[in-house]
Amino acid sequence: MAQSARGEPIITVEQLTMAFGSFVVQKDLNFTVKRGDIFVIMGGSGCGKSTLLRHLIGLQTPAAGKVYYGRESLWDAKPADRLSILRRTGVLYQSGALFTSMTLAENVSLPLQTYTTLPPGQIREIVSTKLALVGLAGYEDFFPSAISGGMMKRAGLARAMALDPEILYFDEPSAGLDPITSKRLDDLILQLRDDLGATIVMVTHELPSIFAIADNSVFLDNVKRTATAVGDPKEMVRTTNDEMVREFLTREGTLNEVALPAAATSSAASASSPSSSAGAS
Amino acid sequence: MLSLLRRLALPNSCSEVTSALVDDNSPAPEIAAGVQYAHPDAATLLLALGGAWTVRGKLPAVSDAIREIDAAPAVRRVTFDTRALGAWDTALLTFLLGVIRHAKGKQLTIDRDGLPQGMSGLIDLATAVPPVEGAAEKRSRRSLVTIFGEAAIDFAAGTGRLMAFIGEAAMSFGRLLTGRPARFRHSDLWLFIEQAGVDALPIVSLLSLLQGLTMAFLGAAQLQMFGAQIYVANLIGMSMAAEVGAVMTAIIMAGRTGAAYAAQIGTMQVNQEIDALRTMGLEPMDFLVLPRMLALILMMPLLYLYANLLGMFGGGVIAVLVLGITPEQFVNQLFAAVPLSVFVTGLCKSAVFGLLVALSGCMQGVNCGRSAAAVGDATTSAVVMAIVAIIVGDGIFGVLAPPFPVGQ
Ligand SMILES: Nc1ncnc2c1ncn2[C@@H]1O[C@H](COP(=O)(O)OP(=O)(O)O)[C@@H](O)[C@H]1O
Ligand SMILES: [Mg+2]
Repeated sequence: MAQSARGEPIITVEQLTMAFGSFVVQKDLNFTVKRGDIFVIMGGSGCGKSTLLRHLIGLQTPAAGKVYYGRESLWDAKPADRLSILRRTGVLYQSGALFTSMTLAENVSLPLQTYTTLPPGQIREIVSTKLALVGLAGYEDFFPSAISGGMMKRAGLARAMALDPEILYFDEPSAGLDPITSKRLDDLILQLRDDLGATIVMVTHELPSIFAIADNSVFLDNVKRTATAVGDPKEMVRTTNDEMVREFLTREGTLNEVALPAAATSSAASASSPSSSAGAS
Repeated sequence: MLSLLRRLALPNSCSEVTSALVDDNSPAPEIAAGVQYAHPDAATLLLALGGAWTVRGKLPAVSDAIREIDAAPAVRRVTFDTRALGAWDTALLTFLLGVIRHAKGKQLTIDRDGLPQGMSGLIDLATAVPPVEGAAEKRSRRSLVTIFGEAAIDFAAGTGRLMAFIGEAAMSFGRLLTGRPARFRHSDLWLFIEQAGVDALPIVSLLSLLQGLTMAFLGAAQLQMFGAQIYVANLIGMSMAAEVGAVMTAIIMAGRTGAAYAAQIGTMQVNQEIDALRTMGLEPMDFLVLPRMLALILMMPLLYLYANLLGMFGGGVIAVLVLGITPEQFVNQLFAAVPLSVFVTGLCKSAVFGLLVALSGCMQGVNCGRSAAAVGDATTSAVVMAIVAIIVGDGIFGVLAPPFPVGQ
């Protein structure tokens, strides 16, 4: 891994507009991710967080604006150059996206087989290490259909880390995990950053992990359809003037003030996100 | 919704709702839901709600209430009386939301004091997030011109996708041939070869044997009229080698393997596995499509030969048992009747059919949408597209490389 100076811009997003046909999801996004940062993309459900991630990892073309990796523009680069930019990244998808026809070991070893010349025995050892890192030691020969949702996520993480990428993207890594596992995941993410020097970009709703590990963040507003706050969430919560951002970061709903008893607010807030029922199981 | 209500668990107001929802065995409410409209003064409309307002009972229509509001233009205020109200759930909420939306649109004041406790909270919850704009525009009614126009645009887009797919597949093939590493797992290739080869043998055996038997049997009756029984060998030999062997195996493989390819790749699309491949720098075209294409291109000619063998065997059985021809005579006649060139054309043809089946299956899979229904559509389209391609391709082969001299 290239151990360049921490703190230099590694991803820059300029005036990015994302749309499905004529439906604009978010417009005029501007932010910078610095090397070694843990950067969080926040926002209500359906505001376009996953869509933003897809723009960053080369899966969806921007309607307008640029995404720069270092000084190279991702979407103006030749396909071959784009691939080599993206080869420096690893992605953990919201659903894990494991290859269901392969065992966990085969899933994790695929990138290694593709991009390294290591002999099979060594690949197998590295794969076991990666699985052990995410708490899945001994599950090498399981198929994705035979493990739980949380385990699939962790296996997906092991696959994303297979090549020790410079930049790791996570889409809601701790959704659906129990509090202890999700705390462990936070620790793991911190370790990946501190010990391996990775830059982490993640979509998450988990306030504890946002405050515990994030260095920088962007908040996507799903009514205004643009970023309403950028910065360290610990600062943001104190300094923001935006009602929605403050509510998100302090877990206060408007519902609280108007009608509902305090105890009901948090469950009502989580009930408004369609994915929470899956998360609770 | 049920869990939402249960979780809200408002102190006293909702207890009857919850019990009505949770206890399935509770006796059906006696009094049906009803509304009475009254005007305490000229500027006020009072809705007196009574009976059991649950989703399991009969419910008054929102349109009646809206008509009532519109009928009295002097009304500036809407109030509610729920003293006669029994059990209620989201059915009542739905009714009230309808009334409130309409009243708000007419700038009327809504007095929620008469509503049961907790209802106000639910109304706020339901109206807290305004409906998203721009996302629902597609649902509007379309004129005939629009429908035709959109169909034409869709068709053009579909053709574009087809061309792009063929182009990409060709490039992937090129990478393989020029020795640049086209990346796929060799174990996958072997698996697909097994699936498209050995695993297909039983069905191909059965159908080609039956086909041979039937053709020979039907042909025998005709040939006997001229005393030309021996020509049953020509009939079976030429029709299997030139036409039936290739087309029939191709159609079997379209239904068997082409459909499977579409479903496999389509499901991977639904599960974001294709995205995962792309971000891993593995071209889905190389990783998924190429080994499937290779497997079918390699296996289809072998299946063609095998189908010929069994079809001719079936014909031979009829010739020997029904027409009294000796096996030796039959085989000799067969060799004399079918020139080698017909087999060569047949082999080429089935390799092309293999390509067509694989391309249709993979293309429908790669372009599959992200739902279970989309996978079903992809599978259907893959089979239809493959069969059309096979028949058209067969026609082109027939013109370019006819098995018999044409004309004179
Ligand atoms: N393939 C698609 N076609 C059209 N609209 C989409 C598609 N995928 C997502 N959307 C819309 O884009 C918005 C953002 O979705 P997404 O990025 O998945 O939200 P989230 O922030 O919860 O990850 C949603 O309103 C969704 O309806
Ligand atoms: Mg998402």
